[in-house]
Amino acid sequence: MSDALPTTPEAVRQRAAATSNRKRRRNRSAPRQWRRRGLMAAYIVFVLLPIYWLLNMSFQSNTEILGGLTLWPEDFTLEHYSKIFTQSSWYMGYVNSITYVLINMLLSIVVALPAAYAFSRYKFIGDKHLFFWLLTNLMAPPAVFLLPYFQLYYTVGLFDTHVAVALAHCLFNIPLAVWILEGFMSGVPKEIDETAFIDGYRFPAFFVKIFIPMISSGIGVTLFFLFMFSWVELLLASTLTATNAQPIASVMTQTKGASGIDWGALAAAGALTILPGIVVVYFVRNHIAKGFALGRT
Amino acid sequence: MSLILDNIDYIVGGASHMSGVSLELEPGSFNVLLGRTLAGKTTLMRLIAGLDVPTRGRIWMDGKEVTGRSVRRRNVSMVYQQFINYPGLTVYDNIASPLKLAKVARPEIDRRVRGVAEMLHIEHLLDRLPLELSGGQQQRTAMGRALAKDADVILFDEPLVNLDYKLREEFREELRSVFSERNCIAVYATTEPTEALALGGNTAVIHEGRLLQYGRTEEVYHRPHDILTAELFSEPPINIVSGDVSSDAVSLDNTGFFPVGDDLRGLAPGTYRFGVRASHISLVPQSKSDVELTMTVDLAEISGSETFLHVHNELFHMTAHLKGIHDFGVDVPVTLYIPTHKVYVFDREGRVVHIPAHLRGS
Repeated sequence: MSDALPTTPEAVRQRAAATSNRKRRRNRSAPRQWRRRGLMAAYIVFVLLPIYWLLNMSFQSNTEILGGLTLWPEDFTLEHYSKIFTQSSWYMGYVNSITYVLINMLLSIVVALPAAYAFSRYKFIGDKHLFFWLLTNLMAPPAVFLLPYFQLYYTVGLFDTHVAVALAHCLFNIPLAVWILEGFMSGVPKEIDETAFIDGYRFPAFFVKIFIPMISSGIGVTLFFLFMFSWVELLLASTLTATNAQPIASVMTQTKGASGIDWGALAAAGALTILPGIVVVYFVRNHIAKGFALGRT
Repeated sequence: MSLILDNIDYIVGGASHMSGVSLELEPGSFNVLLGRTLAGKTTLMRLIAGLDVPTRGRIWMDGKEVTGRSVRRRNVSMVYQQFINYPGLTVYDNIASPLKLAKVARPEIDRRVRGVAEMLHIEHLLDRLPLELSGGQQQRTAMGRALAKDADVILFDEPLVNLDYKLREEFREELRSVFSERNCIAVYATTEPTEALALGGNTAVIHEGRLLQYGRTEEVYHRPHDILTAELFSEPPINIVSGDVSSDAVSLDNTGFFPVGDDLRGLAPGTYRFGVRASHISLVPQSKSDVELTMTVDLAEISGSETFLHVHNELFHMTAHLKGIHDFGVDVPVTLYIPTHKVYVFDREGRVVHIPAHLRGS
């Protein structure tokens, strides 16, 4: 298959580029090649070192961690992981975090889809200002809103619930979602909407059946960003909860027991906290750059 | 099914996009909207479709007023200049989508989709997605969707602009044959006078949001009401030369003189503007009454088997449309002959006061 000659101009160009690249690489002097590889390796080592160290610690016993510097677990153990998966105070932290993150993602996307559509399709008085005002919500530190939220939620009985955190995170997630989605939606020609109405679609049917599939990659990227920001936010999440909806990051700060800090369990929890992010990134890896540009290419 | 536009005004943010347009389209007619870019062709189509609502004036379809009625309830279909299809649906589903929404029975949908696809020569592409197709095929899909629905009015907004010219010619012929079998009103917007002539039917000439003239295409072409229509509806634009008419002779900017013949005898003496079609100018005299003009060549533009010769003298420019390929050097003097019995005469306000005798007919 790869031996077959290319048939499309695009393929011809790619093949030519690949060939010339190979030639250039072959002609390059050996020391230069090694320098490049060395730099690359150094970069990767520096980036991955903390993560490796986290993994390393999570497989070591607490005595080994405190004992001395070991580059790899000499006394390999899974006790910390089993502890996290068996003790409800640990694993409920993950369940709580995931619960409020999912609720927040759902709320944000449901609210942001129509809002972004309105911003992308209609002109109304003050639309540009309103759109910018949305972004300013991202500029305010969450701490500013901490006290009012705490007081309000306490009064209405939302304190220490998943919904409380999910709602609080809407503060920065809905503006973000509107911004990203608006960019993707504006990439869809308005004539498609009109054609659908001419064909006889009602607005809701058009929106769900035609429009949403067209911006599905944008929605995927948006969901990734919503997940990310809600997952890493600690201040609101830990302040608005006590025991029932305590997020994992908050659990991790409270591992001090009678025997001091449980370093191994902390490391294992940290490693597990990275995982969901990696999984989500995997799904949107092809569209993520466009998402960072807020859908505007 | 007839369509009547009654004194339509359309104003957006203080800017008038359409003013005082009245138009009556007959059932089963093929209508061309001719005008330059930004003349208001698309605006007019959007008003007909119901995508925009006129500021003033009323629209009637089939005897019922539809001015404020939404596009969904008007039974129109539209093909855009861009190739607009639902990217997530196959060609089949794209064409079938209006039928499905109209709750047509499944076997009937199948029959109609395949019929339309065959007519447009895309029957072998029904399972593909629009973005896998070439531009021409994508536009055929869009047309298929417009044609599959039994619309009362089908609007084409410069559908062939983004296609290459061979495909355009082919499409144009197909389009005429498709509509000869239908009893719906077709409205077709174009910027090209030649396209309007090729499509036939009726033509409405639009300029800056106003309707200049509407009638059978040949009628509008041969008997323009005013100078603007004549200029818009000819490619290259009709040559306008001012001239003075006295009791027995005409002088074209004091360079060409000819006696007032029988057909120009009705003109009162005064200053007029004379319209000469580029294709009527020739290099050899066609008859004794031809006016001889000596001009300087600006440029000879060769297009296919024709030559557009741009010339000037001290007072005016002209373009001659010559058959065959002619080679002229720049700044070379050339003698051109204008047939006096084929000129149009317009008064100072631009209204036509004389139409060549052989076209006056009917």
